[in-house]
Amino acid sequence: MSATTSVTSSGSTTTGRTLPLTEGSVFQRILRGAVTPGGAVFILAAILFVAVLTANPSFGEPPQLIRFIGRTAPIVIAAMGQYYVIVSGEFDLSMGAVIATQVVIAGNFIGEDESRVLPALVLMFVIGAVVGLINGLATTLLRVPSFIVTLGTMLALGGLVRYMTGGAATGNPVDSFREIGRGTIDDVPVLEVLPYSVIILVVVMAAGVWLMRSPFGRTIIATGDNPDAAALAGAHVWWVKTRAFILSSLSATIAGILLVGYAGVHPSVGAGYEFQAITAVVLGGVVLGGGRGWLLSAAAGAFALELLFSFLNFQEIESTWRPTVQGVIIILAVAAAGRAWSLGRRPSRTSPPAAPAEPAPSPTSARPGTETGEN
Amino acid sequence: MRRKIHRAPIAVASALLLGVVATACSTEDPSDGDTGSDTSSETSESPEASESSEEGGEQEWFDQAVYDEQYEQRSATFEGDPETPWLQYIDGEMTDTADYKTNKAGKACFANASIGNPWRQTGWITMNQQLKELQDKGVISEMETRDAQDDDNTQIADIDYFISEGNCDAFIISPNSTAAMTDAVERACETGKPVIVFDRGVNTDCATTFIHPIGGFAWGIDTAEFLVDNLEEGDKVVALRILPGVDVLEQRWAAAEKIFEENGIEAVDFFTGADPTEIKTFITDELNKGEVQGVWMDAGDGAVAAIEAFEDFGADLPVMTGEDEMSFLRKWEETGLTGLAPVYSNFQWRTPLLALEKIWAGEEVPKEWVLPQVPITEEERGDFLAANEGMPDGHYAKFGGEDLVGYPEVWQERQIP
Repeated sequence: MSATTSVTSSGSTTTGRTLPLTEGSVFQRILRGAVTPGGAVFILAAILFVAVLTANPSFGEPPQLIRFIGRTAPIVIAAMGQYYVIVSGEFDLSMGAVIATQVVIAGNFIGEDESRVLPALVLMFVIGAVVGLINGLATTLLRVPSFIVTLGTMLALGGLVRYMTGGAATGNPVDSFREIGRGTIDDVPVLEVLPYSVIILVVVMAAGVWLMRSPFGRTIIATGDNPDAAALAGAHVWWVKTRAFILSSLSATIAGILLVGYAGVHPSVGAGYEFQAITAVVLGGVVLGGGRGWLLSAAAGAFALELLFSFLNFQEIESTWRPTVQGVIIILAVAAAGRAWSLGRRPSRTSPPAAPAEPAPSPTSARPGTETGEN
Repeated sequence: MRRKIHRAPIAVASALLLGVVATACSTEDPSDGDTGSDTSSETSESPEASESSEEGGEQEWFDQAVYDEQYEQRSATFEGDPETPWLQYIDGEMTDTADYKTNKAGKACFANASIGNPWRQTGWITMNQQLKELQDKGVISEMETRDAQDDDNTQIADIDYFISEGNCDAFIISPNSTAAMTDAVERACETGKPVIVFDRGVNTDCATTFIHPIGGFAWGIDTAEFLVDNLEEGDKVVALRILPGVDVLEQRWAAAEKIFEENGIEAVDFFTGADPTEIKTFITDELNKGEVQGVWMDAGDGAVAAIEAFEDFGADLPVMTGEDEMSFLRKWEETGLTGLAPVYSNFQWRTPLLALEKIWAGEEVPKEWVLPQVPITEEERGDFLAANEGMPDGHYAKFGGEDLVGYPEVWQERQIP
């Protein structure tokens, strides 16, 4: 995707020039991509995967692996939702609270009544969209910083959950609803089992990739990079950002539906998800502040994060120490990714002087354009 | 230029965020985490806890004298009618309450730590039904309650408010944490009015009566001995703990850890915050690593998720100790696993109000009112399931409110006042 992005998005600004990223063989391009933060996260995930395998070889067996992917699906979907918001230049702190709300709604509204499964799903998606709409409109039209807006919705929804549950678990919804997040297709060759959550993850991922290649995807990145320029170019910035928030809340809703199945109803489900998602996105090399980053890198960031948690479980780190170790490793990983960023940029920094004769119609706007494509 | 200007604040913001992540993604409830933070920093001085746990983590919470005492109390004789266990107590020092005798209905003021878990919610419902009975009898005119929502500072403020402007005739306090609440309880005692402390304790004996079941060590002994009896040396037990730093929970683990070590059971513990997602992840990872023969819980909230992790993995179900929460009892029966439901007697929520009735009648009450604490075994499970049919999953089998007004609808509907 990175190659095609660069071709189209920069085509308008630097017509006729071959971009560095599209030069060379496929292998060279992959190598170049790997030293950007968006690519480095795949290497990080691979290293962590090998580390987990070393600690526990049976982790690599296909059924275990596919189950791991299945249970990681909610956080990956949440991270991709967060990506839309971050790449558009905002934050969404309300994700965890949206997940908790959806989980509790599923428990309270469906209960043991199977006929309510479909209405509940519709209700949950509507609520998700409304929360996203409120976040988006308050951020763009009321001009409240998204950090504060989504913090507000987080608290408001948290209070709602507390009110609905008193802060403790209520009963689980019917098993047929929980199958979405818990069920598997059995007797699959090689894998043995195929969790439904993996299928949902693949569908959401594919839809996300398609969306980011669509004009909307381009606009969202342009908006995050420079909202004024995007507005001048004819984008409705408020509506682009609002849609990013809606996508984020809908992703949280899907994550919530999967988590009801996987874990069951508890008000603590989803707690901390917003920060895990933001961490995954940052780990994926997406720039806080917007305008740069690749959707699948955010997904890889989420996988890397979960691999790290599993690695620590396998290493039997003392339970009181665990959060500290997690925190330190995350900071180091992001710092390392940051180094990779500057390493990856070095060649492109030196390349413009190397071709000074080349006519650059508007050098300042060409830079962001090409860099968007690099990710 | 633009990039340079933006980089610094972004770096700061990301550092801040990541700092939060480190705490947020593991301690699920920040407010609960507060109570644990001061204690966990002490334990964290011993990184190689598996070797040094006896000097580090365990020493802090393990108290041999209290352990021995609770070990004995498990088989002690309780005074009073076994039909009303919430009025039973172990014979000991009594408080003379003749000075408090009154014929007038009084106002009770209740400083509650929280109703943030199903155990406290069930107890809170029972307490309110007990209150209605005593209001009808003309013992208590009203009860003003303040919920501290798991926050020490809030509860101190609540107690001070009751002392200065509550117009209270008696104080009932369910402390949020032991050390932090001691001064506030002492201030309440200084008013000269009856002070009843229940559930978690404080470091002062100024209260008229301190009501609690036998205690955390007894829980740990019952559960760990059950697992040791049903497992073999070298077997692995996953211990699921809610959070660090709360005495009743830490004592459960301190006792269990000691017994596991003595009997060659390999135990690995995790803090879950009662989050079923975390529970499932921890257990799945452990199953990935190798067989797990036992599951130990310091509270039953989330027991179902733990069992489901074994089911989903396709592993043999473990020998398991949960709690007398209906969700566990039901799953236990459904799966037929070898289990035990330890009980942290939920009926203790009735006792403070009944104690107040005695105090205002001038009857003596135990200085330390130790209530019975008897686990539910597999043989008894059927009876408790039948007796609590129609109760929600978060209900506790030994809630002890069967003779109160509103039974069973109030508990079935889980009308939290």
